[in-house]
Amino acid sequence: MKWLTATVMSAVLALASLGVRAELTIEITQGVDNPTAIAVVPFAWQGAGTAPEDIAGVVDGDLARSGQFAPVGRADMLGRPSSEAEVFYRDWRAIDTEYLLVGRVSAAGQMRIEYELFDVLRQKKVHSGVETGPVNEARMLGHRVSDAIYEKLTGIRGAFATRLLYVSVTRVPGGKDHSRLTLADSDGARPIVLLESREPVLAPAWSPDGKQIAYVSFETGRPAIYRQDLVTGQREQLTNFKGLNGSPAWSPDGNSMAMVLSKDGSPDIYLMNLASKRLTRLTRHYAIDTEPTWMPDGNSLLFTSDRGGRPQIYRYDLRSGATERVTFEGSYNARARVAQDGRNLVLVNRQEGDFHIALLDLFTNRLQVLTSTALDESPSIAPNGSMVLYATKYAERGILAAVSVDGGVKFRLPAREGDVREPAWSPYMGR
Amino acid sequence: MRHLPVAGKAITLLFTAAFLVACSGSDTKEDEAAAAAAAAAAAAKSAEQAAATEAAAKQQKLDDAAAAVGNVFYFDFDSSSLRQDAIEALNAHIVALQGNDRSVRLEGHTDERGTREYNMALGERRANSVRDYMVANGIASYRIESVSYGEERPVAYGSGESNWSQNRRVELK
Repeated sequence: MKWLTATVMSAVLALASLGVRAELTIEITQGVDNPTAIAVVPFAWQGAGTAPEDIAGVVDGDLARSGQFAPVGRADMLGRPSSEAEVFYRDWRAIDTEYLLVGRVSAAGQMRIEYELFDVLRQKKVHSGVETGPVNEARMLGHRVSDAIYEKLTGIRGAFATRLLYVSVTRVPGGKDHSRLTLADSDGARPIVLLESREPVLAPAWSPDGKQIAYVSFETGRPAIYRQDLVTGQREQLTNFKGLNGSPAWSPDGNSMAMVLSKDGSPDIYLMNLASKRLTRLTRHYAIDTEPTWMPDGNSLLFTSDRGGRPQIYRYDLRSGATERVTFEGSYNARARVAQDGRNLVLVNRQEGDFHIALLDLFTNRLQVLTSTALDESPSIAPNGSMVLYATKYAERGILAAVSVDGGVKFRLPAREGDVREPAWSPYMGR
Repeated sequence: MRHLPVAGKAITLLFTAAFLVACSGSDTKEDEAAAAAAAAAAAAKSAEQAAATEAAAKQQKLDDAAAAVGNVFYFDFDSSSLRQDAIEALNAHIVALQGNDRSVRLEGHTDERGTREYNMALGERRANSVRDYMVANGIASYRIESVSYGEERPVAYGSGESNWSQNRRVELK
């Protein structure tokens, strides 16, 4: 009997580990100096049985991860109010809480979350709201509450109700590594494997509406660019050229895709019209031109080129066809991504042999190195421009990490297993 | 034949008789000639086989020599120039490819430093520098395919030059 229980248990554990294999954990390593103290009281569940999701826990985690808030521990709370009538400000002043969030959750068909935010010091309600949606999207509804609270208290639009794409890899020494293209919530929860392959998968990219993705897969034995619809699951192979087929980058209007092809000799930047599949060659140089990314206005592209001897960032103007160099500081600047404001540019910068994530202010031309680890790459900027997600190595494993654009907040998202790389932060998701 | 005149029949008979006489007269000589021809054919055939065997043995020797030098060519950091050790190894492969029409695939790789897509281009540059050397030495370009894997397929997983130097390579397959 003892043996049977052990067998059943190990079978269950094996299944459970399969389920969480690609899941990320979060370790906050650095926050702002004086984070805002906020108490997120567990939301009252007004349905039968137990609540399907701890919504307050989702909000608490989001605010903590931003580094700008210090959520109060539940054990320290002197009460569990769920509406304004139950709020006693002295209970919260006593534990130095600046803000208090309470809420109620019900699920009659749809899930409904009502919440209220209080300023403890001024003893007044400062915000209230309602989120409704399918029960199986409960966590996403929680992230929307976080977005509203974050915007109310910081003045910056929240980016918690967004998603991440990344590649997780299981090493197979002496064989072929196992790659998985994974989609997860912005906090790493609810990972879904979109593609599994024994051949490399890389360069995941989002369509501007967040409904489609593109990536490079070697599944045919050669690199090819694919696009995949996240709603229907429909997949289309876009390229199959001799040589490189890489770096897909959707234009801001969603109609075309910049990419790297070497079919005509050296790697150059091409533009594919996604309706007609017609290709236009944008750059024509014997050097390496790669890693195209769009400026938010869609009028120009940034790309990496070693035409000057070392890799640097250049800008190609689609209207004039002119190319100009953008980066000058350091001997290696590559793979740029631009914030939606068109001002902050994140890139990979080499300093004394180490690769860091740096921020270049395109208005002042000031370059600020944001990270201190040695093998940082693949920066991806949040749609609200606040955080940069990137890949690095920690304890000989590939992990994802994040840093705020001012360098003040840092956290890591290691996977429970394997290497994780190439994060791509989604745009704001439509409802 | 049905309407063949009597004179015609007689002529036919005469020729047949003359032929039979001629044949009976040189019976042994004919056999010898046929045997000689067969022997010559057999000799030619075995010579052909011997030549084929010899060519196969020669090819095998070249293939063995190519196998002995290995099918992996290493590169210096941030370089796609062929090193002397790579050129010597590559020469053995080129000689082994000259007597036949086999196709090869060149897979270019980099170490983990630098960005992935830029490394994809560097890996292609390395594969192409091997390809260009082979083409310059008489291997037709249509027989060679270059594919870059960038830093996606490391042989050694760790960091540091001892691992990186193993990963900066082109594999001939």
